[in-house]
Amino acid sequence: MNQLNYAVKRVLQIVPVLLMVTILIFLMIHMIPGDPARLILGEKATNSAVAALRAKLGLDQSLPAQYFLYLKGLLTLDLGTSLTYQRPVTELLLVSLPITVSLTLISTVFSILVSFPLGFFAGMRKDQAGDQAVRVTALAAIAMPSFWVALLLMLLFGVKLQWFPVGGWGETPTEHLKSLVLPAFTQSLMTSALLIRNIRNSVVDISVMDYVDFARSKGLSNGAVKYRHILRNALISTVTLLAMRMAYMLGGSVIIETVFSLPGLGKLMVDSIFGRDYAVVQSLVFLFAFMVLVINLLTDLLYSCLDPRVKF
Amino acid sequence: MITNTPSGHLKRRIPPWLATPAFVAGTLIVLVALVWALFPSWFTSYDPIAVDTSVRCVPPSMTHLFGTDNFGRDVFARVVYGTGIDLKIGLLGTLIPLVFGSVLGMFAGYYGGVFDSLLMRAIDILMAFPFTILVIVIMTILGQGLQNVYIALWLVGWIAYARLVRGEVLVLKNAEFIQAAQVAGFTDARILLRHLLPNVVSSAIVFAASDVVLCMLTGASMSFLGLGVQLPTPEWGAILNEGRSYISYAWWITFFPGLCLAITGVGFSLLGDGLTDFLRTKGR
Repeated sequence: MNQLNYAVKRVLQIVPVLLMVTILIFLMIHMIPGDPARLILGEKATNSAVAALRAKLGLDQSLPAQYFLYLKGLLTLDLGTSLTYQRPVTELLLVSLPITVSLTLISTVFSILVSFPLGFFAGMRKDQAGDQAVRVTALAAIAMPSFWVALLLMLLFGVKLQWFPVGGWGETPTEHLKSLVLPAFTQSLMTSALLIRNIRNSVVDISVMDYVDFARSKGLSNGAVKYRHILRNALISTVTLLAMRMAYMLGGSVIIETVFSLPGLGKLMVDSIFGRDYAVVQSLVFLFAFMVLVINLLTDLLYSCLDPRVKF
Repeated sequence: MITNTPSGHLKRRIPPWLATPAFVAGTLIVLVALVWALFPSWFTSYDPIAVDTSVRCVPPSMTHLFGTDNFGRDVFARVVYGTGIDLKIGLLGTLIPLVFGSVLGMFAGYYGGVFDSLLMRAIDILMAFPFTILVIVIMTILGQGLQNVYIALWLVGWIAYARLVRGEVLVLKNAEFIQAAQVAGFTDARILLRHLLPNVVSSAIVFAASDVVLCMLTGASMSFLGLGVQLPTPEWGAILNEGRSYISYAWWITFFPGLCLAITGVGFSLLGDGLTDFLRTKGR
Protein backbone atom coordinates (compact mmCIF):
# COMPACT_ATOMS: atom_id res chain seq x y z
CA MET A 1 0.00 0.00 0.00
CA ASN A 2 2.80 2.29 0.96
CA GLN A 3 4.48 1.60 -2.31
CA LEU A 4 1.33 2.47 -4.25
CA ASN A 5 0.94 5.72 -2.31
CA TYR A 6 4.50 6.61 -3.16
CA ALA A 7 3.97 5.81 -6.83
CA VAL A 8 0.87 8.03 -7.03
CA LYS A 9 2.64 10.85 -5.20
CA ARG A 10 5.65 10.57 -7.48
CA VAL A 11 3.50 10.69 -10.63
CA LEU A 12 1.67 13.77 -9.37
CA GLN A 13 5.00 15.48 -8.69
CA ILE A 14 5.68 15.46 -12.42
CA VAL A 15 2.69 17.65 -13.25
CA PRO A 16 4.02 21.03 -12.03
CA VAL A 17 7.44 20.38 -13.58
CA LEU A 18 5.79 19.46 -16.86
CA LEU A 19 3.72 22.66 -16.77
CA MET A 20 6.81 24.80 -16.22
CA VAL A 21 8.54 22.93 -19.05
CA THR A 22 5.68 23.84 -21.39
CA ILE A 23 5.92 27.51 -20.37
CA LEU A 24 9.66 27.55 -21.05
CA ILE A 25 9.24 25.87 -24.41
CA PHE A 26 6.40 28.20 -25.30
CA LEU A 27 8.49 31.25 -24.44
CA MET A 28 11.43 29.87 -26.41
CA ILE A 29 10.02 31.01 -29.74
CA HIS A 30 9.44 34.48 -28.30
CA MET A 31 13.01 34.68 -27.03
CA ILE A 32 14.42 34.36 -30.53
CA PRO A 33 15.05 37.95 -31.59
CA GLY A 34 12.69 39.19 -34.28
CA ASP A 35 9.18 38.34 -35.38
CA PRO A 36 8.70 34.53 -35.40
CA ALA A 37 6.55 34.69 -38.55
CA ARG A 38 9.19 36.76 -40.34
CA LEU A 39 11.92 34.36 -39.16
CA ILE A 40 10.01 31.40 -40.54
CA LEU A 41 9.18 32.96 -43.89
CA GLY A 42 12.55 34.65 -44.43
CA GLU A 43 13.57 38.22 -45.17
CA LYS A 44 12.03 38.37 -48.62
CA ALA A 45 8.47 37.50 -47.59
CA THR A 46 5.76 40.09 -48.23
CA ASN A 47 4.11 41.86 -45.31
CA SER A 48 0.75 40.33 -46.09
CA ALA A 49 2.19 36.81 -46.09
CA VAL A 50 3.80 37.48 -42.71
CA ALA A 51 0.50 38.83 -41.35
CA ALA A 52 -1.35 35.78 -42.65
CA LEU A 53 1.12 33.42 -40.94
CA ARG A 54 0.90 35.44 -37.73
CA ALA A 55 -2.84 34.96 -37.73
CA LYS A 56 -2.49 31.27 -38.55
CA LEU A 57 0.00 30.67 -35.72
CA GLY A 58 -2.11 32.77 -33.36
CA LEU A 59 0.75 35.26 -32.92
CA ASP A 60 -1.66 38.21 -33.12
CA GLN A 61 -3.23 37.23 -29.80
CA SER A 62 -2.01 38.06 -26.29
CA LEU A 63 0.75 35.94 -24.76
CA PRO A 64 -1.47 34.11 -22.22
CA ALA A 65 -4.04 33.39 -24.93
CA GLN A 66 -1.28 32.02 -27.15
CA TYR A 67 0.01 29.87 -24.31
CA PHE A 68 -3.40 28.32 -23.66
CA LEU A 69 -3.78 27.66 -27.35
CA TYR A 70 -0.40 25.91 -27.27
CA LEU A 71 -1.32 23.90 -24.17
CA LYS A 72 -4.63 22.88 -25.72
CA GLY A 73 -2.74 21.71 -28.80
CA LEU A 74 -0.37 19.63 -26.66
CA LEU A 75 -3.23 17.96 -24.79
CA THR A 76 -5.11 17.13 -27.98
CA LEU A 77 -1.86 16.08 -29.71
CA ASP A 78 -2.43 18.76 -32.32
CA LEU A 79 1.07 20.18 -32.58
CA GLY A 80 0.63 22.22 -35.72
CA THR A 81 2.02 21.71 -39.20
CA SER A 82 5.64 21.44 -40.21
CA LEU A 83 6.54 24.19 -42.68
CA THR A 84 9.33 22.17 -44.26
CA TYR A 85 7.48 18.89 -44.71
CA GLN A 86 3.94 20.32 -44.94
CA ARG A 87 2.72 17.51 -42.69
CA PRO A 88 1.27 17.45 -39.17
CA VAL A 89 4.06 17.58 -36.59
CA THR A 90 2.49 14.70 -34.65
CA GLU A 91 2.86 12.48 -37.69
CA LEU A 92 6.56 13.37 -38.07
CA LEU A 93 7.21 12.66 -34.41
CA LEU A 94 5.45 9.29 -34.53
CA VAL A 95 7.64 8.20 -37.45
CA SER A 96 10.90 9.29 -35.76
CA LEU A 97 10.15 8.30 -32.17
CA PRO A 98 10.59 4.50 -32.54
CA ILE A 99 14.01 5.02 -34.14
CA THR A 100 15.40 7.13 -31.31
CA VAL A 101 13.80 4.96 -28.64
CA SER A 102 15.30 1.78 -30.15
CA LEU A 103 18.67 3.50 -30.50
CA THR A 104 18.62 4.53 -26.83
CA LEU A 105 17.41 1.13 -25.63
CA ILE A 106 19.96 -0.84 -27.66
CA SER A 107 22.73 1.53 -26.50
CA THR A 108 21.61 0.92 -22.93
CA VAL A 109 21.67 -2.86 -23.40
CA PHE A 110 25.15 -2.66 -24.95
CA SER A 111 26.39 -0.54 -22.04
CA ILE A 112 24.99 -2.96 -19.45
CA LEU A 113 26.44 -6.01 -21.20
CA VAL A 114 29.90 -4.42 -21.35
CA SER A 115 30.08 -2.54 -18.08
CA PHE A 116 28.62 -4.94 -15.53
CA PRO A 117 31.15 -7.75 -16.06
CA LEU A 118 34.09 -5.40 -16.64
CA GLY A 119 33.32 -3.14 -13.70
CA PHE A 120 32.89 -6.13 -11.40
CA PHE A 121 36.06 -7.76 -12.75
CA ALA A 122 38.11 -4.59 -12.13
CA GLY A 123 36.64 -3.97 -8.68
CA MET A 124 37.44 -7.47 -7.47
CA ARG A 125 41.06 -7.03 -8.61
CA LYS A 126 41.74 -3.59 -7.19
CA ASP A 127 45.07 -2.13 -8.40
CA GLN A 128 46.09 -5.32 -10.21
CA ALA A 129 47.01 -5.35 -13.89
CA GLY A 130 43.47 -6.22 -14.99
CA ASP A 131 42.00 -3.35 -12.99
CA GLN A 132 44.54 -0.90 -14.39
CA ALA A 133 43.84 -2.00 -17.97
CA VAL A 134 40.07 -1.60 -17.56
CA ARG A 135 40.47 1.80 -15.91
CA VAL A 136 42.78 3.19 -18.60
CA THR A 137 40.43 1.98 -21.35
CA ALA A 138 37.46 3.57 -19.61
CA LEU A 139 39.36 6.83 -19.20
CA ALA A 140 40.12 6.96 -22.92
CA ALA A 141 36.54 6.06 -23.86
CA ILE A 142 35.18 9.00 -21.84
CA ALA A 143 37.43 11.49 -23.62
CA MET A 144 36.66 10.33 -27.17
CA PRO A 145 34.27 12.56 -29.11
CA SER A 146 31.26 10.48 -30.17
CA PHE A 147 31.09 12.00 -33.66
CA TRP A 148 34.72 11.07 -34.25
CA VAL A 149 34.25 7.48 -33.08
CA ALA A 150 31.14 7.31 -35.27
CA LEU A 151 33.05 8.42 -38.36
CA LEU A 152 35.91 5.99 -37.74
CA LEU A 153 33.53 3.06 -37.19
CA MET A 154 31.70 4.06 -40.36
CA LEU A 155 34.97 4.09 -42.27
CA LEU A 156 36.13 0.73 -40.93
CA PHE A 157 32.94 -1.35 -40.72
CA GLY A 158 30.87 0.48 -43.32
CA VAL A 159 33.22 1.55 -46.10
CA LYS A 160 36.17 -0.86 -45.78
CA LEU A 161 34.69 -4.11 -44.41
CA GLN A 162 31.08 -3.41 -45.48
CA TRP A 163 29.65 -5.35 -42.53
CA PHE A 164 27.14 -2.65 -41.66
CA PRO A 165 25.45 0.08 -43.68
CA VAL A 166 27.28 3.45 -43.75
CA GLY A 167 24.09 5.22 -42.76
CA GLY A 168 20.36 5.40 -43.27
CA TRP A 169 17.57 3.30 -41.82
CA GLY A 170 16.85 0.61 -44.46
CA GLU A 171 13.49 -0.95 -45.35
CA THR A 172 13.11 -4.26 -43.50
CA PRO A 173 13.33 -4.93 -39.73
CA THR A 174 16.65 -6.76 -40.25
CA GLU A 175 18.04 -3.75 -42.07
CA HIS A 176 16.76 -1.47 -39.31
CA LEU A 177 18.54 -3.56 -36.72
CA LYS A 178 21.74 -3.66 -38.76
CA SER A 179 21.73 0.11 -39.20
CA LEU A 180 21.40 0.56 -35.43
CA VAL A 181 24.47 -1.51 -34.49
CA LEU A 182 27.20 1.07 -35.14
CA PRO A 183 25.24 4.07 -33.79
CA ALA A 184 24.26 2.17 -30.65
CA PHE A 185 27.82 1.01 -30.11
CA THR A 186 29.08 4.59 -30.44
CA GLN A 187 26.44 5.88 -28.03
CA SER A 188 27.22 3.15 -25.50
CA LEU A 189 30.98 3.82 -25.33
CA MET A 190 30.92 6.74 -22.93
CA THR A 191 28.04 5.29 -20.93
CA SER A 192 29.86 1.97 -20.54
CA ALA A 193 33.00 3.76 -19.39
CA LEU A 194 31.14 5.80 -16.78
CA LEU A 195 29.23 2.73 -15.56
CA ILE A 196 32.44 0.69 -15.33
CA ARG A 197 34.01 3.37 -13.13
CA ASN A 198 30.94 3.51 -10.93
CA ILE A 199 30.56 -0.26 -10.52
CA ARG A 200 34.28 -0.73 -9.94
CA ASN A 201 34.38 1.90 -7.20
CA SER A 202 31.24 0.54 -5.52
CA VAL A 203 32.62 -2.99 -5.57
CA VAL A 204 35.89 -1.74 -4.06
CA ASP A 205 34.01 0.13 -1.33
CA ILE A 206 31.60 -2.71 -0.57
CA SER A 207 34.26 -5.45 -0.49
CA VAL A 208 35.69 -4.09 2.75
CA MET A 209 32.33 -3.69 4.50
CA ASP A 210 31.65 -5.61 7.71
CA TYR A 211 28.71 -7.50 6.34
CA VAL A 212 30.86 -8.96 3.58
CA ASP A 213 33.38 -10.17 6.17
CA PHE A 214 30.48 -11.54 8.16
CA ALA A 215 29.09 -13.39 5.14
CA ARG A 216 32.49 -14.93 4.53
CA SER A 217 33.02 -15.92 8.14
CA LYS A 218 29.57 -17.51 8.12
CA GLY A 219 31.14 -19.93 5.65
CA LEU A 220 29.29 -18.80 2.54
CA SER A 221 30.91 -19.86 -0.70
CA ASN A 222 33.04 -17.34 -2.53
CA GLY A 223 30.49 -17.15 -5.36
CA ALA A 224 27.60 -16.47 -3.02
CA VAL A 225 29.49 -13.63 -1.34
CA LYS A 226 30.54 -12.16 -4.67
CA TYR A 227 27.23 -12.22 -6.45
CA ARG A 228 24.65 -12.03 -3.70
CA HIS A 229 26.36 -9.62 -1.35
CA ILE A 230 28.82 -7.54 -3.33
CA LEU A 231 27.47 -7.30 -6.87
CA ARG A 232 23.85 -6.84 -5.88
CA ASN A 233 24.61 -3.92 -3.61
CA ALA A 234 27.01 -2.40 -6.10
CA LEU A 235 24.25 -2.28 -8.69
CA ILE A 236 21.92 -0.09 -6.64
CA SER A 237 23.86 3.14 -7.12
CA THR A 238 24.43 2.17 -10.73
CA VAL A 239 20.71 2.32 -11.52
CA THR A 240 20.63 6.06 -10.88
CA LEU A 241 23.65 6.67 -13.07
CA LEU A 242 22.19 4.50 -15.82
CA ALA A 243 18.98 6.56 -15.82
CA MET A 244 20.96 9.80 -16.03
CA ARG A 245 22.93 8.38 -18.92
CA MET A 246 19.77 7.28 -20.73
CA ALA A 247 18.55 10.87 -20.56
CA TYR A 248 21.93 12.06 -21.81
CA MET A 249 21.89 9.54 -24.66
CA LEU A 250 18.46 10.73 -25.77
CA GLY A 251 20.05 14.14 -26.23
CA GLY A 252 23.16 12.59 -27.78
CA SER A 253 20.93 11.19 -30.53
CA VAL A 254 21.14 14.66 -32.07
CA ILE A 255 24.78 14.04 -32.95
CA ILE A 256 24.77 10.28 -33.57
CA GLU A 257 21.70 10.36 -35.81
CA THR A 258 23.14 13.23 -37.81
CA VAL A 259 26.37 11.34 -38.45
CA PHE A 260 24.64 8.08 -39.37
CA SER A 261 21.73 9.77 -41.22
CA LEU A 262 19.21 7.94 -39.02
CA PRO A 263 15.82 9.63 -39.45
CA GLY A 264 15.10 9.77 -35.70
CA LEU A 265 14.13 12.61 -33.36
CA GLY A 266 17.69 13.93 -33.08
CA LYS A 267 18.20 14.31 -36.80
CA LEU A 268 14.74 15.82 -37.15
CA MET A 269 15.75 18.33 -34.49
CA VAL A 270 18.92 19.42 -36.30
CA ASP A 271 17.15 19.59 -39.67
CA SER A 272 14.30 21.61 -38.17
CA ILE A 273 16.67 24.05 -36.48
CA PHE A 274 18.43 24.74 -39.77
CA GLY A 275 15.09 24.83 -41.61
CA ARG A 276 13.67 27.24 -39.00
CA ASP A 277 10.77 24.86 -38.58
CA TYR A 278 10.06 26.08 -35.07
CA ALA A 279 6.78 24.19 -34.59
CA VAL A 280 8.75 20.95 -34.97
CA VAL A 281 11.61 22.16 -32.74
CA GLN A 282 9.21 23.12 -29.94
CA SER A 283 7.38 19.78 -30.07
CA LEU A 284 10.65 17.85 -30.14
CA VAL A 285 12.02 19.66 -27.10
CA PHE A 286 8.81 18.88 -25.25
CA LEU A 287 8.95 15.23 -26.25
CA PHE A 288 12.58 14.96 -25.07
CA ALA A 289 11.73 16.53 -21.71
CA PHE A 290 8.70 14.27 -21.34
CA MET A 291 10.79 11.17 -21.99
CA VAL A 292 13.40 12.25 -19.42
CA LEU A 293 10.71 12.78 -16.79
CA VAL A 294 9.28 9.31 -17.51
CA ILE A 295 12.76 7.74 -17.22
CA ASN A 296 13.33 9.50 -13.89
CA LEU A 297 9.93 8.37 -12.64
CA LEU A 298 10.55 4.75 -13.56
CA THR A 299 14.00 4.87 -11.93
CA ASP A 300 12.62 6.18 -8.66
CA LEU A 301 9.97 3.47 -8.63
CA LEU A 302 12.54 0.79 -9.49
CA TYR A 303 14.88 2.14 -6.84
CA SER A 304 12.33 1.71 -4.09
CA CYS A 305 11.89 -1.92 -5.17
CA LEU A 306 15.65 -2.60 -5.33
CA ASP A 307 16.59 -1.03 -2.04
CA PRO A 308 14.12 -1.77 0.74
CA ARG A 309 15.85 0.82 2.92
CA VAL A 310 14.39 3.61 0.79
CA LYS A 311 11.43 4.85 2.79
CA PHE A 312 8.59 6.78 1.29
CA MET B 1 57.76 9.84 11.09
CA ILE B 2 61.20 11.23 10.66
CA THR B 3 63.62 9.44 8.42
CA ASN B 4 67.23 10.44 8.22
CA THR B 5 68.11 8.87 4.92
CA PRO B 6 68.51 11.42 2.09
CA SER B 7 66.10 9.48 -0.08
CA GLY B 8 63.52 9.85 2.69
CA HIS B 9 63.88 13.63 2.56
CA LEU B 10 63.59 13.63 -1.18
CA LYS B 11 60.49 11.45 -1.10
CA ARG B 12 58.73 13.69 1.33
CA ARG B 13 59.33 16.76 -0.76
CA ILE B 14 57.45 15.23 -3.70
CA PRO B 15 53.94 14.37 -2.58
CA PRO B 16 52.93 10.85 -3.67
CA TRP B 17 49.99 12.01 -5.78
CA LEU B 18 52.34 14.14 -7.84
CA ALA B 19 54.71 11.27 -8.53
CA THR B 20 52.16 8.88 -10.08
CA PRO B 21 52.83 8.24 -13.76
CA ALA B 22 49.20 8.97 -14.58
CA PHE B 23 49.33 12.46 -13.10
CA VAL B 24 52.67 13.24 -14.74
CA ALA B 25 51.34 12.08 -18.12
CA GLY B 26 48.17 14.17 -17.70
CA THR B 27 50.17 17.26 -16.79
CA LEU B 28 52.46 16.81 -19.78
CA ILE B 29 49.56 16.42 -22.22
CA VAL B 30 47.81 19.52 -20.92
CA LEU B 31 51.07 21.51 -20.97
CA VAL B 32 51.75 20.55 -24.59
CA ALA B 33 48.20 21.57 -25.53
CA LEU B 34 48.69 24.89 -23.73
CA VAL B 35 51.96 25.58 -25.59
CA TRP B 36 50.27 24.71 -28.91
CA ALA B 37 47.47 27.08 -28.05
CA LEU B 38 49.68 29.97 -26.99
CA PHE B 39 52.44 29.72 -29.61
CA PRO B 40 51.02 27.92 -32.66
CA SER B 41 53.53 29.53 -35.01
CA TRP B 42 56.41 27.74 -33.24
CA PHE B 43 55.16 24.41 -34.55
CA THR B 44 54.17 25.08 -38.13
CA SER B 45 55.07 27.53 -40.86
CA TYR B 46 51.83 26.91 -42.76
CA ASP B 47 48.92 29.32 -42.69
CA PRO B 48 45.85 27.51 -41.30
CA ILE B 49 43.40 29.21 -43.64
CA ALA B 50 45.47 29.76 -46.82
CA VAL B 51 43.99 27.77 -49.72
CA ASP B 52 46.40 25.95 -52.05
CA THR B 53 44.53 23.98 -54.72
CA SER B 54 47.71 22.32 -56.00
CA VAL B 55 47.93 20.09 -52.91
CA ARG B 56 44.32 19.04 -52.29
CA CYS B 57 43.77 15.96 -50.06
CA VAL B 58 47.44 14.95 -49.90
CA PRO B 59 48.03 12.11 -47.40
CA PRO B 60 50.26 12.65 -44.33
CA SER B 61 53.96 13.01 -45.17
CA MET B 62 57.01 14.83 -43.83
CA THR B 63 55.98 18.08 -45.52
CA HIS B 64 52.36 17.79 -44.34
CA LEU B 65 52.42 15.85 -41.05
CA PHE B 66 48.64 15.38 -40.90
CA GLY B 67 48.11 15.67 -44.69
CA THR B 68 46.09 18.41 -46.38
CA ASP B 69 42.36 18.98 -46.71
CA ASN B 70 40.06 19.49 -49.69
CA PHE B 71 41.22 23.10 -50.03
CA GLY B 72 44.89 22.12 -49.82
CA ARG B 73 45.21 23.58 -46.32
CA ASP B 74 47.73 21.90 -44.01
CA VAL B 75 45.69 19.86 -41.48
CA PHE B 76 48.48 19.97 -38.88
CA ALA B 77 48.52 23.77 -39.02
CA ARG B 78 44.73 23.87 -38.70
CA VAL B 79 44.81 21.49 -35.74
CA VAL B 80 47.58 23.43 -33.97
CA TYR B 81 45.88 26.78 -34.53
CA GLY B 82 42.56 25.28 -33.46
CA THR B 83 43.93 24.16 -30.08
CA GLY B 84 43.40 27.57 -28.52
CA ILE B 85 39.67 27.68 -29.23
CA ASP B 86 39.03 24.17 -27.94
CA LEU B 87 41.03 24.72 -24.75
CA LYS B 88 39.27 28.01 -24.18
CA ILE B 89 35.86 26.37 -24.59
CA GLY B 90 36.86 23.66 -22.11
CA LEU B 91 38.38 26.00 -19.52
CA LEU B 92 36.04 29.00 -19.74
CA GLY B 93 33.03 26.73 -20.14
CA THR B 94 33.93 25.20 -16.79
CA LEU B 95 35.39 28.09 -14.81
CA ILE B 96 32.43 30.46 -14.91
CA PRO B 97 29.77 27.87 -13.98
CA LEU B 98 32.14 26.58 -11.26
CA VAL B 99 32.22 30.02 -9.63
CA PHE B 100 28.57 31.02 -10.11
CA GLY B 101 27.11 27.58 -9.47
CA SER B 102 29.15 27.12 -6.29
CA VAL B 103 28.16 30.55 -4.95
CA LEU B 104 24.47 29.92 -5.69
CA GLY B 105 24.62 26.46 -4.13
CA MET B 106 26.39 27.81 -1.05
CA PHE B 107 23.83 30.56 -0.47
CA ALA B 108 20.90 28.22 -1.10
CA GLY B 109 22.27 25.57 1.23
CA TYR B 110 23.26 27.96 4.03
CA TYR B 111 20.24 30.25 4.10
CA GLY B 112 17.57 27.82 2.83
CA GLY B 113 14.11 29.39 2.65
CA VAL B 114 12.42 30.79 -0.43
CA PHE B 115 15.63 31.30 -2.41
CA ASP B 116 16.59 27.68 -1.88
CA SER B 117 13.19 26.32 -2.92
CA LEU B 118 13.06 28.55 -5.98
CA LEU B 119 16.54 27.51 -7.04
CA MET B 120 15.81 23.83 -6.57
CA ARG B 121 12.55 24.05 -8.54
CA ALA B 122 14.38 25.86 -11.35
CA ILE B 123 16.98 23.10 -11.36
CA ASP B 124 14.26 20.40 -11.44
CA ILE B 125 12.81 22.02 -14.53
CA LEU B 126 16.13 22.50 -16.32
CA MET B 127 17.15 18.92 -15.51
CA ALA B 128 14.12 17.66 -17.41
CA PHE B 129 15.90 18.53 -20.65
CA PRO B 130 18.72 16.29 -21.89
CA PHE B 131 22.03 18.16 -21.66
CA THR B 132 22.74 18.34 -25.40
CA ILE B 133 19.15 19.39 -26.17
CA LEU B 134 19.35 22.23 -23.66
CA VAL B 135 22.60 23.49 -25.18
CA ILE B 136 21.19 23.26 -28.71
CA VAL B 137 17.97 25.06 -27.75
CA ILE B 138 19.97 27.91 -26.24
CA MET B 139 22.14 28.03 -29.39
CA THR B 140 18.96 28.18 -31.47
CA ILE B 141 17.65 31.12 -29.46
CA LEU B 142 20.95 33.01 -29.42
CA GLY B 143 22.07 32.12 -32.94
CA GLN B 144 25.19 30.43 -34.26
CA GLY B 145 28.73 31.40 -33.38
CA LEU B 146 31.54 30.72 -30.92
CA GLN B 147 30.48 33.38 -28.43
CA ASN B 148 27.07 31.81 -28.06
CA VAL B 149 28.65 28.40 -27.43
CA TYR B 150 30.22 29.89 -24.30
CA ILE B 151 26.94 31.45 -23.20
CA ALA B 152 25.06 28.19 -23.74
CA LEU B 153 27.64 26.24 -21.73
CA TRP B 154 27.47 28.83 -18.93
CA LEU B 155 23.68 28.79 -18.82
CA VAL B 156 23.62 25.00 -18.51
CA GLY B 157 26.85 24.28 -16.60
CA TRP B 158 26.10 25.98 -13.25
CA ILE B 159 23.34 23.48 -12.42
CA ALA B 160 25.70 20.64 -11.54
CA TYR B 161 27.86 22.84 -9.28
CA ALA B 162 24.91 24.40 -7.50
CA ARG B 163 23.47 20.97 -6.69
CA LEU B 164 26.80 19.57 -5.61
CA VAL B 165 27.83 22.47 -3.35
CA ARG B 166 24.34 22.86 -1.88
CA GLY B 167 24.36 19.20 -0.87
CA GLU B 168 27.75 19.56 0.83
CA VAL B 169 26.72 22.75 2.63
CA LEU B 170 23.54 21.10 3.94
CA VAL B 171 25.69 18.42 5.58
CA LEU B 172 28.34 20.79 6.95
CA LYS B 173 25.94 23.50 8.10
CA ASN B 174 25.26 21.60 11.32
CA ALA B 175 28.88 20.61 11.93
CA GLU B 176 30.36 21.70 15.24
CA PHE B 177 32.95 24.03 13.78
CA ILE B 178 30.27 26.01 11.95
CA GLN B 179 28.09 26.19 15.06
CA ALA B 180 31.13 27.32 17.02
CA ALA B 181 31.75 30.07 14.49
CA GLN B 182 28.12 31.15 14.73
CA VAL B 183 28.21 31.19 18.52
CA ALA B 184 31.43 33.20 18.40
CA GLY B 185 29.44 35.85 16.56
CA PHE B 186 31.30 35.73 13.26
CA THR B 187 29.58 37.46 10.36
CA ASP B 188 27.84 35.32 7.76
CA ALA B 189 30.32 36.48 5.15
CA ARG B 190 33.22 35.26 7.26
CA ILE B 191 31.56 31.92 7.98
CA LEU B 192 30.71 31.37 4.32
CA LEU B 193 34.09 32.40 2.94
CA ARG B 194 36.52 31.24 5.60
CA HIS B 195 34.81 28.20 7.05
CA LEU B 196 32.36 26.74 4.56
CA LEU B 197 33.94 27.52 1.20
CA PRO B 198 37.29 25.77 1.75
CA ASN B 199 35.48 22.66 2.88
CA VAL B 200 32.91 22.41 0.10
CA VAL B 201 34.97 23.59 -2.83
CA SER B 202 37.12 20.49 -3.26
CA SER B 203 34.33 18.28 -4.58
CA ALA B 204 33.33 21.04 -6.99
CA ILE B 205 36.92 21.29 -8.25
CA VAL B 206 37.15 17.53 -8.70
CA PHE B 207 33.97 17.63 -10.75
CA ALA B 208 35.31 20.58 -12.74
CA ALA B 209 38.26 18.53 -13.94
CA SER B 210 35.95 16.07 -15.68
CA ASP B 211 33.64 18.91 -16.73
CA VAL B 212 36.46 20.45 -18.82
CA VAL B 213 36.38 17.33 -20.99
CA LEU B 214 32.59 17.46 -21.31
CA CYS B 215 32.63 21.17 -22.23
CA MET B 216 35.34 20.65 -24.83
CA LEU B 217 33.43 17.77 -26.39
CA THR B 218 30.14 19.69 -26.34
CA GLY B 219 31.73 22.79 -27.84
CA ALA B 220 33.35 20.70 -30.57
CA SER B 221 30.09 18.88 -31.27
CA MET B 222 28.26 22.20 -31.70
CA SER B 223 30.81 23.17 -34.35
CA PHE B 224 30.48 19.69 -35.79
CA LEU B 225 26.73 20.24 -36.20
CA GLY B 226 27.47 23.61 -37.78
CA LEU B 227 26.09 25.64 -34.86
CA GLY B 228 29.35 26.71 -33.25
CA VAL B 229 32.55 28.05 -34.77
CA GLN B 230 31.96 29.19 -38.33
CA LEU B 231 34.22 28.34 -41.26
CA PRO B 232 37.04 28.79 -42.10
CA THR B 233 38.14 29.36 -38.47
CA PRO B 234 40.18 26.31 -37.42
CA GLU B 235 38.55 24.46 -34.50
CA TRP B 236 38.78 20.69 -33.97
CA GLY B 237 35.05 19.99 -34.25
CA ALA B 238 34.69 22.24 -37.28
CA ILE B 239 37.67 20.61 -39.06
CA LEU B 240 36.11 17.20 -38.39
CA ASN B 241 32.83 18.38 -39.83
CA GLU B 242 34.53 19.64 -42.98
CA GLY B 243 36.46 16.41 -43.46
CA ARG B 244 33.35 14.28 -42.97
CA SER B 245 32.38 14.25 -46.65
CA TYR B 246 35.86 13.16 -47.70
CA ILE B 247 36.31 10.43 -45.12
CA SER B 248 36.36 7.50 -47.53
CA TYR B 249 39.44 8.76 -49.38
CA ALA B 250 40.98 11.39 -47.07
CA TRP B 251 40.58 9.92 -43.57
CA TRP B 252 43.35 12.12 -42.16
CA ILE B 253 41.23 15.28 -42.21
CA THR B 254 38.86 13.80 -39.63
CA PHE B 255 41.24 11.43 -37.85
CA PHE B 256 43.79 13.87 -36.45
CA PRO B 257 41.60 16.59 -34.94
CA GLY B 258 39.49 13.90 -33.23
CA LEU B 259 42.62 12.21 -31.93
CA CYS B 260 43.83 15.52 -30.49
CA LEU B 261 40.46 16.05 -28.80
CA ALA B 262 40.62 12.55 -27.30
CA ILE B 263 44.22 12.90 -26.10
CA THR B 264 43.61 16.32 -24.56
CA GLY B 265 40.53 14.89 -22.87
CA VAL B 266 42.56 12.01 -21.45
CA GLY B 267 45.13 14.55 -20.24
CA PHE B 268 42.53 16.55 -18.31
CA SER B 269 40.98 13.35 -16.90
CA LEU B 270 44.35 12.12 -15.62
CA LEU B 271 45.04 15.54 -14.14
CA GLY B 272 41.64 15.44 -12.48
CA ASP B 273 42.24 11.98 -11.04
CA GLY B 274 45.52 13.13 -9.52
CA LEU B 275 43.78 16.19 -8.11
CA THR B 276 41.08 13.99 -6.60
CA ASP B 277 43.68 11.86 -4.82
CA PHE B 278 45.42 15.00 -3.58
CA LEU B 279 42.25 16.60 -2.23
CA ARG B 280 41.16 13.31 -0.68
CA THR B 281 44.42 12.73 1.18
CA LYS B 282 44.59 16.35 2.22
CA GLY B 283 41.20 16.85 3.65
CA ARG B 284 38.54 16.03 6.14
